[in-house]
Amino acid sequence: MEKFTTLISHAVPLDIENIDTDQIIPARFLKATDRTGFGDNVFRDWRFTKEGDLNTSFPLNNPEYSGHILVAGDNFGCGSSREHAAWALADYGFKVVVSSFFADIFKGNALNNGILPIQVSEGFLRTLLDQIHQNPKLRLKVDLEPQTIGIEGSDEIAEFDIDPYKKTCLINGYDDIEYLLSLKDEIEAFEVQKNYL
Amino acid sequence: MKKTLFDKVWDSHVVKTIENGPQVLYIDKHLIHEVTSPQAFKELEVRGIPVFRPDHIVATADHNTPTIDQHLPVKDELSRKQLEQLSQNCKKHNITLYELGHKYNGIVHVMAPELGITQPGMTIVCGDSHTSTHGAFGTIAFGIGTSQVAQVFASQCLLLRKPKSLRVNVNGQLKKGVLPKDVILYIISQLGTNSGTGYFCEYAGDVFENMSMEGRMTVCNMSIEMGARGGMIAPDETTFEYIKGRPFAPKDAEFETKKAYWKSLRSDQDAQFDKEYHFSAEDIEPMLTYGTNPGMGIKISENIPVENNASFKKALDYMNFNAGDSLIDKPINYVFIGSCTNSRIEDFRVAANYIKGKQKAENVTAWLVPGSKQVEAQIIEEGLKDIFDDAGFELRQPGCSACLAMNDDKIPQNEYCVSTSNRNFEGRQGQGSRTILASPLMAAATAVEGKIIDITKHLN
Ligand code: SF4
Repeated sequence: MEKFTTLISHAVPLDIENIDTDQIIPARFLKATDRTGFGDNVFRDWRFTKEGDLNTSFPLNNPEYSGHILVAGDNFGCGSSREHAAWALADYGFKVVVSSFFADIFKGNALNNGILPIQVSEGFLRTLLDQIHQNPKLRLKVDLEPQTIGIEGSDEIAEFDIDPYKKTCLINGYDDIEYLLSLKDEIEAFEVQKNYL
Repeated sequence: MKKTLFDKVWDSHVVKTIENGPQVLYIDKHLIHEVTSPQAFKELEVRGIPVFRPDHIVATADHNTPTIDQHLPVKDELSRKQLEQLSQNCKKHNITLYELGHKYNGIVHVMAPELGITQPGMTIVCGDSHTSTHGAFGTIAFGIGTSQVAQVFASQCLLLRKPKSLRVNVNGQLKKGVLPKDVILYIISQLGTNSGTGYFCEYAGDVFENMSMEGRMTVCNMSIEMGARGGMIAPDETTFEYIKGRPFAPKDAEFETKKAYWKSLRSDQDAQFDKEYHFSAEDIEPMLTYGTNPGMGIKISENIPVENNASFKKALDYMNFNAGDSLIDKPINYVFIGSCTNSRIEDFRVAANYIKGKQKAENVTAWLVPGSKQVEAQIIEEGLKDIFDDAGFELRQPGCSACLAMNDDKIPQNEYCVSTSNRNFEGRQGQGSRTILASPLMAAATAVEGKIIDITKHLN
């Protein structure tokens, strides 16, 4: 997994609540057996009209907006557990998603793919969305070590929470599998004790 | 310390607690299917890791399978490849697979309970958010992402923080025409789609105690729709009776030993929950959703609420509904009875009981999709298929089908579908489709009338 420490980037505002993983990547694109290429179809049915034309009013298609940070409405990532949603966002180029609330499974999937989900207060989310709408060229600064996110060059800064274990993983680029494999003896001992085999 | 049902099962599966970090939780059963497993198998391959405990894994093909002509090769090339990959992976790693056409094949959350694979006190995971279904047996069961599927392959464990506890109590007598689906749609409409996030839910009260296992599965299935990773119901005689005699259930003396343990799986009196809600059964009516998430639900007697919020308006625009309207008499052209929420035998009995002697409305395309080969066989055996045939309904072969429309079972653009599935997200049942979630009884009635009716006025 890629390491994550700091990021300074423009951001794309997506002022919609309850964005579910079916919107992030619709089911008909889940037939692939690899992790790659999902970025082409991220938010497919919002980015394109029913006739297949580019929907120019959708923020991701607005040339004014760019960057590796997605700022989205409350309860982001609800619904299906499909990790394809995290793969699609990562493949499209997002490294950070900011919202006032994340669904559990999405949050875990994001962290397992090196995407940092940052939960901020509703007030701060509003500030970010409003400011980005007003000035698409502003940049956000995310600093994982002190757990802060802010608008570059302003004193609008907020702290965010992250599981200390997950933080260590992100900073060092570790993932859970390696750690679990290192516990093999303890897991086997547990099985014997529980009479599982 | 007083313990909840959840505590008891969770704590007995903790291999290790990392200081200041998550716990290592042992997983008893890992269910897999064709859509969320291939990338996990690949990851193992790339890292050169074997599957640690293949005999704790059971696989089925369900999400991406056709529901007609299952004996023929799958036409869609990508789907066929995905299914072939599952077969190859299972063969290579010695994993039991019930592939298309196998007598045990079915939707993962229908198949495992009916085979007796799901048992109280277990931890069960699957790369599918509706794994919460298995909680009906007093099981900790939850959906995971594909990276976690790979972790379980590699170590039979997951790294997790223990969720907080939530209890939803419903007591009283349910009204006529109110089904388990209505109970859970009602709860979600009251609590919202993220009230359970970060929590594991226990359902308690006489409404659940009096419910069949099928009904309990319908309820636990939709726990994820209020954000909860899972939901569970304490096992009791109804649970034990259901499990007894199933192909993979413990037998004879072993069953009795297990049962004695299973009986201990209930929340201690005075156990503390982080959040608790109480509802009365009498307040619940047949439910319908009007929006684009499962929390946007109303009683059949209610009108669509009026709210001044952009996301709410976006949802109504998508559905082409007006705030303040009633859904009664809305013409409907599509009806889907199926999905891991409502595709068990009891659901088809409810539908058949209503449909018997009536005819499907001309304008309606109705798909009845059993949850498994076993359910399909039972539908035929009990003579329900004859009732459906006589009334002009089409009984299809098992699978997820129009619940997520990965196969050809898609609801056309702009069409409404009264569906017994669990999600009414935009495009969930096909691009531009509009889903109204309901019980199998409401769905059957809609198919017969060609429009939404107030079912309570049609029951004697
Ligand atoms: S029936 Fe629907 S919700 Fe259930 S497992 Fe299949 S796709 Fe998921």
